[in-house]
Amino acid sequence: MRSLRTNKTLRTNVITYAVVVAAFVLFQALGSAGVLSSTMKGQLVPICAYVLMALSLNLTVGILGELSLGHAGFMSVGAFAGAVTASAMQDSMPSSALRLTVAVLVGAVLAAIVGVLIGIPVLRLNGDYLAIVTLAFGEIIKSIVNNLYIGMDANGLHASFLNNTIVLGDGGRMILSGPMGVPGIKKTATFTAGFILILIALFVIFNLVNSRAGRAIMALRDNRIAAESVGINVTKYKLMAFVISAAIAGAGGALYGQAQNAIIATKFDFNTSILILVFVVLGGMGNMLGSILAAALLTVLPELLRSLNDYRMLIYAIVLILMMLFNSAPAMIQWREQMTEKLREKFGKEKKEG
Amino acid sequence: MLTFLNHLINGISLGSVYAIIALGYTMVYGIAKMLNFAHGDIIMVGAYICFFAVSTFGLPPIVGVLLAMVVCTVLGMVIERLAYKPLRSAPSLAVLITAIGVSYFLQNAAQLLWTSNPKIFPSFLVVTQQNADGTQTVKSGIQFAGGQLSVSYATLITIAVCVVIMLVLTWFTEHTKMGQAIQACSEDKGAAQLMGINVNTTISLTFAIGSALAAIAGVLLCSAYPTLVPTTGSMPGIKAFTAAVFGGIGSIPGALLGGILLGVIEIFAKAYISTQLSDAIVFAVLIVVLLVRPTGLLGKQVREKV
Repeated sequence: MRSLRTNKTLRTNVITYAVVVAAFVLFQALGSAGVLSSTMKGQLVPICAYVLMALSLNLTVGILGELSLGHAGFMSVGAFAGAVTASAMQDSMPSSALRLTVAVLVGAVLAAIVGVLIGIPVLRLNGDYLAIVTLAFGEIIKSIVNNLYIGMDANGLHASFLNNTIVLGDGGRMILSGPMGVPGIKKTATFTAGFILILIALFVIFNLVNSRAGRAIMALRDNRIAAESVGINVTKYKLMAFVISAAIAGAGGALYGQAQNAIIATKFDFNTSILILVFVVLGGMGNMLGSILAAALLTVLPELLRSLNDYRMLIYAIVLILMMLFNSAPAMIQWREQMTEKLREKFGKEKKEG
Repeated sequence: MLTFLNHLINGISLGSVYAIIALGYTMVYGIAKMLNFAHGDIIMVGAYICFFAVSTFGLPPIVGVLLAMVVCTVLGMVIERLAYKPLRSAPSLAVLITAIGVSYFLQNAAQLLWTSNPKIFPSFLVVTQQNADGTQTVKSGIQFAGGQLSVSYATLITIAVCVVIMLVLTWFTEHTKMGQAIQACSEDKGAAQLMGINVNTTISLTFAIGSALAAIAGVLLCSAYPTLVPTTGSMPGIKAFTAAVFGGIGSIPGALLGGILLGVIEIFAKAYISTQLSDAIVFAVLIVVLLVRPTGLLGKQVREKV
């Protein structure tokens, strides 16, 4: 039994890696062949960032089993930490790839620290109450970033909160100016970097899930009391999953920020958190490949619907409702099972006849 | 002291609006165990209906409000039937995402129908006074203490409406058959069905009540903050949801308490601490309350059983 299970998870993991690599090769080829439109090309890095966000949230929702409605907060921390870092190093570090690496690392680490700070109080709650507190933290992070001012001159970084009281020396410049966000970002993110980050995130998640810690986390998800009674440390394992999730989200945010001309705090609001949650639920909770596909498709969908102009978001909403009904309504599930049964019978017959 | 009183009254008024919205959230959550994220957008629809009834068709305000209530009630029941009913026994997260889909749908439909240009909601909560010399003065509020403390009619009416709704709703749930059916279904759907209660009708009824309340809340909200756009409902919706959790989700007095506290905290934070950080402060208070009382102020403490 055991070897069978391991083989099955191994197969799923290999398929997931293979799909990611194939998609990367395909889009690189399409890009160099000039088939992709410029808007599509511009979408490639944000898609990677949203895939990272979906993977990260899937770890919290699917593996840890706790609903987070404030994941955009971690994305925001990552994006702004990354953008400020990259901007501060603009002169001292000419290589854009190196700048991106440092930006992503700083974004991930800072988001992980925020994850610890939020996780310790939050993870004591359960269910919908936990969800509403993550929502609250998301809004608080948005408000804080929205009132943060960071400038740089020869003496280093200066920061102030609420009011811009920074006095910069000669040649100094503002990097983050409150509600105006970070303007004039020198884009460093590339599709290749996004691809590598997705592979790293997948590697981390798959290794976690198939480890002793991962099994403890899933045991907590399935039955907290039973898991606790066999000696699993609830806080430790919940926090572990939550912080790893936050770090991946921070990396995704940093990547996202480095692909934009400018970022503002209000971009990372409740709606963005919900968007990421939609990816996870549509892709299937706990299913990493599903998250990747859902994130990619739903990020492209509004672009594909662009010809419909004003109606596109309306159609997006209808598609979303119909997909949920098709996926989750008990009546639909029954109908789908009947259909597969019929098909199987048909094919079975054909085989016999043939 | 007078400014303090002024802020307090404004806070209670805003909190009353939150409380009315939170009632819709809390009743639906209590019975259907779902977070109805489209609730905030029903507020917006109600406000638009009332706006067009009064401004475009020149109907009297009270007719506008009633019309908004009827439209929202029907809308709420249609949404429940089409989008939520098929998912009754599905995982709660699936219903949540569907509710978000409905919320997007309503916002975008509103944008197509009524454009995103802000509409200025008419202030019809005023009193026209006939002066001795034949001229008319329009008064929008009452002045106390020689004009230092002014309370607008909109504020007074909002608070009064909230009190009336609370009383009626408490009477309804405690003393009518339908209300008791709602309570029974919240407690245990299976047992309620065995006692001959039509669970589906009861859930529809709850949605209808919640949506009618949302229409009233929409009109009151826009009387206080008259700019009306398709996203008007979303932030008050989230805040009211917070208020419902604050007071203990599923509890009707909890929604009132949570709503009013949230409104007062928000206005005080704006007045005495910082306008930009008022939302952050509201949410921070929520977090602290939930950490001390994990099921909200008046929520039932349910013991976990193995």
